Amino acid sequence: MTERVAATPGLYPLPDRAKETLSDLKGHQKGDLMSGDEGEAIVSTYDGVRATYVDHQLEAGLDLLTEGQGRWDDMIAHPLTVSDAVETGGIVRYYDNNNFYRDPRVVDDLGFSGDVARELETARELLAGADGAGDASLAATLPGPYSLAELATDEHYGDAAEFQAAIAEFLAGELDAFPAHETLFLFEPSLVTNPPAEGDESTATDAIATVAAATDADVVVQTFYGALDEKLYAHLVDEAGADALGLDLVAGDRDDTVYNVQEFGSTDSLALGLVDGQNTLVEEPATLAERVEWFEEQVPVDDFDRTYLTPNTELFYLPTNKYRAKLSALADAAEVLD
Amino acid sequence: MVRNPDANRDQFRPDDHPNDAFLLTTVVGSYPKPKWLNRADELVDDPDSKFDADDLEAAHDDAARLITHEHERAGVDTVVDGEMRRNEMVEFFADRIDGYEFNGPVKVWGHNYFDKPSVVESVEYDEPWLVDEFEFTSSVAERPVKVPITGPYTLGFWAFNEAYPSTEELVYDLADLVNEEVEKLVEAGARYIQIDEPALATTPEDHAIVGEALERIAAGIPEEVRIGLHVCYGDYSRVYPEVNDYPIDEFDIELSNGDYEQIPVLEEPELEPDLALGVVDAHTAEVESVEEIKQNICQGLRVVPPEKLTISPDCGLKLLPRDVAYGKTENMVTAVREVEAEIDAGEIDLDNPLADD
Repeated sequence: MTERVAATPGLYPLPDRAKETLSDLKGHQKGDLMSGDEGEAIVSTYDGVRATYVDHQLEAGLDLLTEGQGRWDDMIAHPLTVSDAVETGGIVRYYDNNNFYRDPRVVDDLGFSGDVARELETARELLAGADGAGDASLAATLPGPYSLAELATDEHYGDAAEFQAAIAEFLAGELDAFPAHETLFLFEPSLVTNPPAEGDESTATDAIATVAAATDADVVVQTFYGALDEKLYAHLVDEAGADALGLDLVAGDRDDTVYNVQEFGSTDSLALGLVDGQNTLVEEPATLAERVEWFEEQVPVDDFDRTYLTPNTELFYLPTNKYRAKLSALADAAEVLD
Repeated sequence: MVRNPDANRDQFRPDDHPNDAFLLTTVVGSYPKPKWLNRADELVDDPDSKFDADDLEAAHDDAARLITHEHERAGVDTVVDGEMRRNEMVEFFADRIDGYEFNGPVKVWGHNYFDKPSVVESVEYDEPWLVDEFEFTSSVAERPVKVPITGPYTLGFWAFNEAYPSTEELVYDLADLVNEEVEKLVEAGARYIQIDEPALATTPEDHAIVGEALERIAAGIPEEVRIGLHVCYGDYSRVYPEVNDYPIDEFDIELSNGDYEQIPVLEEPELEPDLALGVVDAHTAEVESVEEIKQNICQGLRVVPPEKLTISPDCGLKLLPRDVAYGKTENMVTAVREVEAEIDAGEIDLDNPLADD
């Protein structure tokens, strides 16, 4: 029987009060954003943000809790932007959204920073001490190596495959320092928006496999912004070392995604992007449950080990009230299915 | 198809213009607010303050007058009030259109946010959006006033759509509202309207939707009214030459930011509307020299003749320190007037304007 697990990985929107506090503490220009060596006032503000995120998830009743990535000013490029081997370039567009991040220009050998591990450790402590945590467990989030390489500028390695491999080794090194976590979500939106050229699929899946091998946790390779190309999908299922592929059922044509699973099989578990992370319309739990059942009826698999119920993108696109409503909708949908 | 820029350009040429050549100068719209105006915006929300809505209106009038005159002092041919009454380009309009609601700010970059609204029911025209602003600015300006207005594509795509089957349908409804507003502005005397569509740069494959929206906006607007389209920070090759089919008089773009790498995009086929070219960077805090700006102007002369060239900053200048914004604007006008004089004197080869490079 398939286990249903509700989780909302990725960046959350900052609570409104924290937005104002951080505006005062940090300023608004690109030189004022996170560099990994922030002072005590900023650190304590983010500690408060993290605690708020844990509270929000517990109140919603999610099964897997995440850190919320409040400090990630640069969206999923964050792990590079705090690296000593990276210089800050211009402001560039984050996919086809009205969002921007600082271009991370890799200028030296990438080395360990421990930045994400420290955040996750504090989230783990919060979860351990929280009332009502029950069976909730911790999930970690990292950018996948393909997308992180796509989002960055290589001014050091000089070869695309070598760069992807170096990013993968860097992420694996960061992951090695993580505290115990049940699940790792690797975000790979570029696999949809700018997939590897024909013949280069294995370079991407090798890089993902390098990261996946660095943790004992279940690894979910989460894609978003639409359906995967079918050949790339097949490579991912067979070669990425993922326990689950995360598939976007909101953006693009979901029939393409169904076709991929019908034709090329799937990982033992699946993550379904069910809630629209880029729209304020809050879905009914029953509607989300119907989407899960509809999808599972289309594919030739009796049972998945797990079905993760997730948003189709990160939730930072939303205002705070709607993001919280979407957390609850997902948790309630898992209840409906049980 | 393109409107008739020849029919409306000369009305903006000052009577005392010093040169035979005339490159129309303008600004994109926004300008840094005086610090005291930001304080006034906060004070009116403070229940312990005696500063009330009437005081705030007076403050907005004062700031609008100040910045309009600042543009005139810099020598710009067509001026705006620096959008002193506007907070943000979507929020300002959504606040005035029935059908939108606000749920709180959302991330743009870093921890910079904007109050992205949601469309929760059919959008309807309620009260005029910009007529009061235009009438006030015109009453204090000695030069023609341009009216920047956020376009329907940006008003639709930079909002959450909860009500329409597709955002495209929302855009067309919004275009009808923008048309209604433009008609009111024209009735009030406006002769230069700029439609701001930065969202097109994020999804250029939607150029046909923008074209249809512009058709609705321009419907019934007389040709003596100049209609410009401003698009910024994108890959213009993805909307060109389709722009030649838009019902506009002027296409306003930022290219200084990218060091004019994209200027060849406009060389073939010939650009049909006038070109409004950004010649100072809105996101660098250094004031470009007159000489540097003159070279940037000559980039525009590579693709259009002087009588089809308008000169502006790359984008709104509101994020810059005010002295820097003024310095850029003043140097821009100085550079334009020097280029005009050099054209008159035959010192610039219009077939090869960068010949001295």
